[in-house]
Amino acid sequence: MEFSDHIKTANVEDVVLRQPLHPPSRGTLCITGHHLLFSEREEGSSQQVLLLLRNIDAIEKRMSGSSGTITIKCKDLRVLQLDIPGMEQCLNISRSIETLSCLDNVSEMYPFFYRPTDLSLQDQWGLSTPEKHYTQMKELHERWRLSSVNKSYSVCPSYPPAVIVPNCIDDETLKKVAKFRQGGRFPVLCYYHRKNGMVIMRSSQPLTGANRKRCKEDELLLQAVIEDSDKGFIIDTRSSQQVQQARMTGGGFESKSFYNCWKRLHRQMERGKALQESLIKLVEACSDESHNVDRWLSKLENSKWLSHVQTALSTAGLLAECVERDGHSALVHGYEGTDCSLLICTLAQLIMDPFCRTLEGFLALLEREWVQ
Amino acid sequence: MEHIRTPKVEQVRLVDRFSNKSTNGTLYLTATHLIFVEGSSNNSASAGQEIWILHHHIASVEKQSLTTTGCPLVIQCRNFRVVHFVVQRERDCHDVYSSLLRLLRPVYYEELYAFSYNPKQNDQQREEGWQLIDLGAEFERMGVPNDQWQHTDVNRDYKVCETYPRDLYVPITASKPIIVGSSKFRSKGRFPVLTYFYQEKKAAVCRCSQPLSGFSARCLEDESMLQAISKANHNSHFVYVMDTRPKLNALANRAAGKGYENEDNYSNIRFQFVGIENIHVMRASLQKLLEVIGARSLTMSDYLVGLESSGWLRHIKAIVDAAVFLTKAVTVEGASVLVHCSDGWDRTAQVCALGSLLMDPYYRTIKGLMVLIEKDWISFGHKFADRCDQLDGDPKEVSPIFTQFLECVWQLTEQFPHAFEYSEWFLLQIHEHVHSCQYGNFLGNNQRQREQLQLGERTHSLWDFLMSEKQNYLNPFYKPSYSEAHPVLEPSTLPYHFKFWRNMYHQFDRAMHPRQSILKTILTLKENSRKAESELQALETRLQKLGVTPIATSDPPAPPPTRDQRTNPLPPRPDSLILGAPINHKEVERREEEDEQDEVGVEATERTDTERTVEGSSGTESRKQSYGELEGTCNGELAKVEPAVVSLELGVARMTC
Repeated sequence: MEFSDHIKTANVEDVVLRQPLHPPSRGTLCITGHHLLFSEREEGSSQQVLLLLRNIDAIEKRMSGSSGTITIKCKDLRVLQLDIPGMEQCLNISRSIETLSCLDNVSEMYPFFYRPTDLSLQDQWGLSTPEKHYTQMKELHERWRLSSVNKSYSVCPSYPPAVIVPNCIDDETLKKVAKFRQGGRFPVLCYYHRKNGMVIMRSSQPLTGANRKRCKEDELLLQAVIEDSDKGFIIDTRSSQQVQQARMTGGGFESKSFYNCWKRLHRQMERGKALQESLIKLVEACSDESHNVDRWLSKLENSKWLSHVQTALSTAGLLAECVERDGHSALVHGYEGTDCSLLICTLAQLIMDPFCRTLEGFLALLEREWVQ
Repeated sequence: MEHIRTPKVEQVRLVDRFSNKSTNGTLYLTATHLIFVEGSSNNSASAGQEIWILHHHIASVEKQSLTTTGCPLVIQCRNFRVVHFVVQRERDCHDVYSSLLRLLRPVYYEELYAFSYNPKQNDQQREEGWQLIDLGAEFERMGVPNDQWQHTDVNRDYKVCETYPRDLYVPITASKPIIVGSSKFRSKGRFPVLTYFYQEKKAAVCRCSQPLSGFSARCLEDESMLQAISKANHNSHFVYVMDTRPKLNALANRAAGKGYENEDNYSNIRFQFVGIENIHVMRASLQKLLEVIGARSLTMSDYLVGLESSGWLRHIKAIVDAAVFLTKAVTVEGASVLVHCSDGWDRTAQVCALGSLLMDPYYRTIKGLMVLIEKDWISFGHKFADRCDQLDGDPKEVSPIFTQFLECVWQLTEQFPHAFEYSEWFLLQIHEHVHSCQYGNFLGNNQRQREQLQLGERTHSLWDFLMSEKQNYLNPFYKPSYSEAHPVLEPSTLPYHFKFWRNMYHQFDRAMHPRQSILKTILTLKENSRKAESELQALETRLQKLGVTPIATSDPPAPPPTRDQRTNPLPPRPDSLILGAPINHKEVERREEEDEQDEVGVEATERTDTERTVEGSSGTESRKQSYGELEGTCNGELAKVEPAVVSLELGVARMTC
């Protein structure tokens, strides 16, 4: 299917663009397969707005007489308003935007069409992989190994092919552990603190369920992590109440009696929908144009966004304290181990490892923790 | 001093306000200061920190009930320092408490520190210090007197208005009978006079107090006074009259025989209410704010709700809004404006001063701000003695009006970092000394009183002291060319531009400040690049002496090979609003400075503390220690290896600033 099928009207003249805090401008609007291009047609100025269609979050259209207005809300929080003359053109444009901004097929997306002039596809891909990470960290080799148990993504579909695990745990054990953890996300190493040799592991929740199942291999793995030191911390990003509830749906927590060296700490963090709503409220507060300090403060408070940021930072601070100050290893998980756990682990690494605060180190961190 | 019963108390614990950390030390009580010296008896061998608190700074002392560890003594200061001591023996605590109670309530001006403070200056130096600011010269700078405005000596003996200065400027057409008549119709005799003249449009900013109009009274002289102001400006056929009070307050005043101008009686005026609250509301608001931010383990929600309900930022915004209105009327419409409130010495001073600051780049320089404060606040009779509670007086008269003005200026410096010659530290220092009573400038309520007190002969001038250490207050981002291009500032008053001023209200709470200060880094970089330049020059002259022609300096010296990215031509800056703000030229300069910094890193450590430390006032020394993180003493820090682990202090205030 061609993109041009979706574009009925590619060019509209005499469109008025309005943005908050900018004077309105008049010009031409173009639609291509991946972009929305607006170029101003007033003398003496050559303002252009190039908008990636994927960036569009939502559009609203409003008709009045022979012209229409499209309000575009972008994912980068920009809000554009386009006044388009001609009803049909307006409908066509909005339809094109709607279809093109949420293409289903991954291979139709912009990265597959993007050809920057100064990069070639032969260049090396990526900055960091567990393999690389492992070879760079010479200190790791004594007690940790690189396991390729997930080579064909069969053990855990959301993990990279190679992961770092304790030396003494073989691949068979890992497979069993993976069955005991939600989504197969068994505990793997995510950070090694050079100063005292302590580590941060992350995983998803154990599937203990209502009848308190246990898994010998999982216990063994965690025991291998702390080895001879006496204690480890498990930071659970849910409250203890939520943890009990999770058992009803097959999830659960590491019980004290089976993991007697591990101490669980609960820090409730919002995720998913609540967080998204919070962000929406924040954006709303920011675009409120009434000039009223009280209203702004109460909306900011109401969004709870800063509270969430504070919780995330303080939990990460707690994790860093466990590792750095108390000198114990830690395991981080919540439900699936794909949201808050990542956030906490990344932040803690930023706090503890100066390399992560360099440009390159930060990119590598993002790649290692979030992408893979 | 007869009031001091126990000059020294040992084994006193100082408890941090936000954590449970405490330090042991000795408390000394002198005639002017309360001094806490951290004991070096415990294992930390280094000489401990010292805290000097001037008695005048203490707003309140509270003795709390005895606990197992001792008797707690909580001292709140006007510069927002809060100290919490625990004294072991209750008797000692009581002695200190009762001595302080007496000491911090001086009854006569002569008891104030300014009369005993002696910074080792001879009489001539002191006199010169007082002559630093000359308001006559300031009006000349504005272009007054001119063909429309003249100097009047009607108030030469403070006969017409006790609270105005001797020298006043009025329209040429305003004769003496008109002035006297108008003053009788204005509260406290504060008739309309010129405070700022905008030369470009020949528009004037005048100030006065409310008219005694009641429900129907009118005064022909007052009407012709306004007529005269209007006529003095050919650009506009009307005068704006800004009443800075909320309309309701102004209406209520009518019942007391005061009120506001009736547009029917005055030809050619445009009347406007602005709605800044009165001193009582402001006092309560600050009180609330301090309560909120002083709470321990404050959650984000509590903080935001508290900030909102205190209304502090709302009041700040109201003042900035009023100043923006004034500025627009004068610079865009070219109209003259008359500003008043009730007595014309609180809100009027705020709005006139802030408006002038927006219009005139001169007031954004160090000397200019001094002139502005001298003119609009000191000479026009802002009641510093009452508002800052210098003598034991009516607590209802105390209000943070001047603090608000400084905060407004600070909010503007946040929006226009290039436009101000002074940094935040200058504002903080002024605030400190408004309350310290160490210098004569702010003593008393008006010029007449100051002359009676003979402050010029008996005390020293703050401006002289601040001028002598001007280099400490420079804003490294200041660009005079910016002010040439944008003489009039147009601040945005959207709510999120108003931030909580952490460095004012948490100035002494060490844990609240960031571990790394941008200001300090930039100052160090500037200093280093200056050094490198002078060294370059010295080397070049040496080369010339040796008879070697220096290599063409246009060739950039080869940068150190380790920084390979830097040697590449800079990639084009992405087109983003956030990056758009810093001017690229300066940016590039700064990058170069960073490069140089590596080479002169050793030298940087040689800088001594004294270069930036404040001398002459012992109180400031100890302030430095707490504020030092932010400003000043930059030595050594560079060479120190940053700790690998950044520990997080999650002060709520920090996250919103």
